[in-house]
Amino acid sequence: MKAEHTKIINSYADKLPPLVLKTVEEEVPGNISASNLSKIMEGVIAAYKYAEVHPGESVGLVGAESIGEPGTQMTLNTFHLAGVAEVQVTTGLPRIIEVFDARKEIKTPMMEIYLKSPHNKNMEKVRKFAANIKEMKFEEFVSEYSLSIFDQTLKVVLNKGLLDDNALVAKDLIKLIKTKAKGFNLTSQNEEILFTHKGKTEEIKDLYAIKEKIKDVKVGGVKGLKQVLPVKRNEEYVVLTSGNNLKDVLALPEVDSNRTTSNDIYEIYKVLGIEAARQAIINEVYKVVESQGLNVNIRHIMLVADVMCASGVVKGVTRYGVVSEKASVLARASFETPLKHLFNAALEGEVDDLTSVVENVMINQPVPIGTGLPGLITKMK
Amino acid sequence: MDRQVHKKVCNINFSLFSPKQIMDLAAAKVVTPELYDREGYSVDGGLMDIRLGVIDPGLRCKTCGQKLKECPGHFGYIELARPVIHIKFVRQVLDLLKSTCKYCGQVLIPENNISKFTDVFDKVGKEEGFEARRRKIKEVVNKFKTKEKCPHCEKKQEKIKIEKPYTYYESDLRLSPIEVRARLEKVPSEDLKIFGYVEGFRPEWMVLTVLQIPPVTMRPSITLESGERSEDDLTHKLGDIVRINQRLFENINAGAPEVIIEDLWDLLQYHVTTFFDNAVSQLPPARHRGGQVLKTLAARIKSKEGRLRHNLAGKRTDFSARTVISPDPFIDLNQVGVPLSMSMNLTVPERVTEWNKEYLLKFVKNGPKKYPGANYIIKPDGKRKSITEDTQEEILEELEEGYLVERHLLDGDVALFNRQPSLHRMSMMCHKVKVLPGKTFRLNPAVCNPYNADFDGDEMNLHIPQNDEARAEAKILMLVDTQIISPRYGLSVVGCIQDAITGNYLLTKELVLSRAEATDLLYNCGVTDLSPLPKKEKVDGSEVFSVLLPNDFSFIGKDKSGNDVKIVNGKLKSGYMDKSNLGQESGLMLRNIYEKYGPAYTAELLGKISKLGISVLARRGFSIGIGDMDLPLETQDEIRATVKKSEDEALKIIDEFYAGKLDALPGRSVAETLELNVLGALNKARNKSGDIAMKQVQNSAAITMARSGARGNPLNIAQMTAVVGQQALRGKRIESGFKNRTMSYFGNKDLSPKARGFVKNNFKSGLTPAEFFFGAMTGRDALMDTALRTPKSGYLYRRLSNALQDLKVEYDGTVRDASSRIVQFSYGEDGLDVSKTKNGVVDVKSVIQNVIGASK
Repeated sequence: MKAEHTKIINSYADKLPPLVLKTVEEEVPGNISASNLSKIMEGVIAAYKYAEVHPGESVGLVGAESIGEPGTQMTLNTFHLAGVAEVQVTTGLPRIIEVFDARKEIKTPMMEIYLKSPHNKNMEKVRKFAANIKEMKFEEFVSEYSLSIFDQTLKVVLNKGLLDDNALVAKDLIKLIKTKAKGFNLTSQNEEILFTHKGKTEEIKDLYAIKEKIKDVKVGGVKGLKQVLPVKRNEEYVVLTSGNNLKDVLALPEVDSNRTTSNDIYEIYKVLGIEAARQAIINEVYKVVESQGLNVNIRHIMLVADVMCASGVVKGVTRYGVVSEKASVLARASFETPLKHLFNAALEGEVDDLTSVVENVMINQPVPIGTGLPGLITKMK
Repeated sequence: MDRQVHKKVCNINFSLFSPKQIMDLAAAKVVTPELYDREGYSVDGGLMDIRLGVIDPGLRCKTCGQKLKECPGHFGYIELARPVIHIKFVRQVLDLLKSTCKYCGQVLIPENNISKFTDVFDKVGKEEGFEARRRKIKEVVNKFKTKEKCPHCEKKQEKIKIEKPYTYYESDLRLSPIEVRARLEKVPSEDLKIFGYVEGFRPEWMVLTVLQIPPVTMRPSITLESGERSEDDLTHKLGDIVRINQRLFENINAGAPEVIIEDLWDLLQYHVTTFFDNAVSQLPPARHRGGQVLKTLAARIKSKEGRLRHNLAGKRTDFSARTVISPDPFIDLNQVGVPLSMSMNLTVPERVTEWNKEYLLKFVKNGPKKYPGANYIIKPDGKRKSITEDTQEEILEELEEGYLVERHLLDGDVALFNRQPSLHRMSMMCHKVKVLPGKTFRLNPAVCNPYNADFDGDEMNLHIPQNDEARAEAKILMLVDTQIISPRYGLSVVGCIQDAITGNYLLTKELVLSRAEATDLLYNCGVTDLSPLPKKEKVDGSEVFSVLLPNDFSFIGKDKSGNDVKIVNGKLKSGYMDKSNLGQESGLMLRNIYEKYGPAYTAELLGKISKLGISVLARRGFSIGIGDMDLPLETQDEIRATVKKSEDEALKIIDEFYAGKLDALPGRSVAETLELNVLGALNKARNKSGDIAMKQVQNSAAITMARSGARGNPLNIAQMTAVVGQQALRGKRIESGFKNRTMSYFGNKDLSPKARGFVKNNFKSGLTPAEFFFGAMTGRDALMDTALRTPKSGYLYRRLSNALQDLKVEYDGTVRDASSRIVQFSYGEDGLDVSKTKNGVVDVKSVIQNVIGASK
């Protein structure tokens, strides 16, 4: 590509979108004359102008149709095993519904952790890193609990092999569970921890309660990462996890924070902000659509994502989210919970300005969309 | 000539009626529960009072003097003997009682704070919308509900409780609606702002003293065959209310004991409550004598069958028809075959002018019984006259300019054709009518795909637009031709299907025709100009096909098996025509023709290609039989060997598992690893044998169809001829149905392929009972999946379309919603309309090719 060509192409930057310019740059043969290049550019502009949306085009409904229509063709299988050894993920229709609902608790939280350059090449190192970030609970180190009714003690026998693997001794664990076990004396002996009552209360119930309580104490790793799985992707190793904790993972020094993602939209919104959440919605939905072998243009998905994020917070496509924000009383009432909307409107004296679609359908008026948008006035002599 | 008055509703206000407004609006005061007197006339002051509107033919409304169907009905009212709480405002009343002073009625906030809070509300409302404002108000009100001392009169407040559904208690003392109302009356209007109520609203209106009676037209009675009248549910409920109300009046006037009055009052409250909403959770619903629950006001509005969704957001139309569809490949793509009997009932209004009077008179002369005739004429004053044998003469003479004639449907009339579920805009397209004998709608099989129709008994609807604006819009925006490119992905949604594909595939691949045959074929699909056909005795199939293509059309693409398809200047040089170029949802060939030659040309060409394919098959003959599933002996052996090998492999893995030698995959248990490995091995068996079966040289019809993409795929063929393969349930092999085994027929903990759903046989050789049962299991699972999915995806679609329906592109290119809030600055970040792009992108390549090609 000659510099001269780049200059010509770039001079159209205000008339054509960047992506089109890029394709031109890639497709144009290197030996083309300047006059032919300008001819091509004019041609591209004409093609672009032809393909532009017309004002009044009902892009919303077309988008909804484009996503809703293939919905019937998607599988309902919640669990999909991608390849032989990957983490289970919700896919298909349930996943799309989950994303559009903007659920705060998703069914299968998952992360893809990319590592920075020196850390991501060696399988052993990556495996070690993965083992380190996996959340480990006290429970996992225990091989036996024994409650003695006579002595009023709880004896916890730890798994020596696991302790050694993680370079821990019983004392370390005691430190961690101390705060949970107030009112007890903790003593350790080799791989055993002994719980005894501090005061006089001799309730076996308390011992049982403490046993259940300490099970969930985090011993190591990152909170929430239930499973980790190092996987080779292209030239590097990536860690897939089930369970997520974007905030803490991004803070780790080995992690490439530019590429690491979570599949939890709400978490992304909290950690990275609304624009990241919008992109995450697009990515997640597009991923599902593609995996089902359907062809849906990304613009339709973008539109839904933009609607969900337009107010600055992620709103679901539900009666509590996007729909509740509509200005029109009748539009809201015709969706769900009509009585609630009508009574509230009456108390607050709301006015429906009939600017959207359903209200006008209700009163038999043309809708202000498409051919209903322009008004024609005949000039009378 | 036209007496149209154009009025536009510009907005709708919502508010509450005050008692005074209810009385002012009322046409009658209802005082007696009787409906009719002995002669059967409605009683004055009863619920069916003819001042409230008429529902009997012949009667005139006493209020407006209009007849049935003209009179919209008028409201009435009942004066309640004692006030009752409106069930739908119980919450609001409770909030008000809790947050205002028992003695002075003022809100429990120091004076100066009120304006402070209202300012906050306005600000929140402006910045974040009314929903946020509502939330803020709730928050503030909740804060002051629990105050114990009035900041104005310094008096101590008592705790107010509610016993659902509608009884208030103040420190265990019951507050009667009269007291509640008195409290609410005390609240000063200025203080109400803090609750977000509209200016001029008084809270005491939420405790009813008069009850509005809906017009008779809203609750018409039905006369049964026996002559008996059956009243509407609402009338029944209102009758109860009036009856109790009158008794309460009488008892109060007679000075009855307080207990009796209380009881009646409670009953009145119950009846008024169920009149509004018969599904209040703590109340038993009011019932008919038979035990059927009454359908009262709330139930009439709510739900899919309610007023809003059933009658207001969805409507029914005249001039429409519905019947079974059947295919007709010999009508055009954009035509629809309409049965003659239907076309004599569906009509198109045409205005009589100086120039078409003769033409229209012809229809009137034919009358309603002879096609093409006319059923009605409409006079300029809007009166409609039926054309019958008696009136025909008179009408013929009377007809003059300005009259409308409703003539029968003719060929070429514009119609909208639709199939439910209407999931996308291609579910309702404009077709041109072609009147045909028979009793079904006929459509070209190529448009099945956008409608998602088949001919196993599907029915479709037809609508005839009734004015020029509607016709123009239908023709310009909705015609099949204009809908060829899907807005979902920017490729064509119509294309050849089934026989049309097979036919063209065979034609371009292997047929050599005599010149006579070729001309016959071409004439048959509507080609009259045979000059592009080479002047030879024997013509290649591809040359016949090329005759249809425009002379200046060049195209380079791929066919289904990956070979190049080359069209140079309207001649098919290499490659075969198959699904990837002729079919729907693929194929850039049609997309390119559409771009270069426009919608109408593409539709016509597609029709021709489709007809050509079908004619080829009709002449050549094409049939499938069980013999198509036969494989040569050596192939059969080969397949048997492959299957055996895979089975052995699977058994080996299982043995390893039992010997404890199987290594677990990362993140999996050993048992899971076993399943995955076995599944992998067995799937390999089917894929391999499928490939072997497809490779067989014998060109059976089944294989031809699979290769051309017309019907079936290699997998189907493999299942029929070679091996059905592993049946998978939720991505796994079939697991236990009994304890540790899938069927009692198998041994305990048998993990071998045949015991876990591997079907070794093929459909032709037949399945063993166990195999058949495994097949039935996966089949049932698939059925369940579809049945569960349809409503889910339907609901998702409804939510999406409700949320997005009012987004549109503005004149400045931004995408905005109904309240002009910007959602996107440029649609899809580059402002491109998907239906005008090729698979979502501007085709830079072809522009470059055009320029370079031109300069060469």
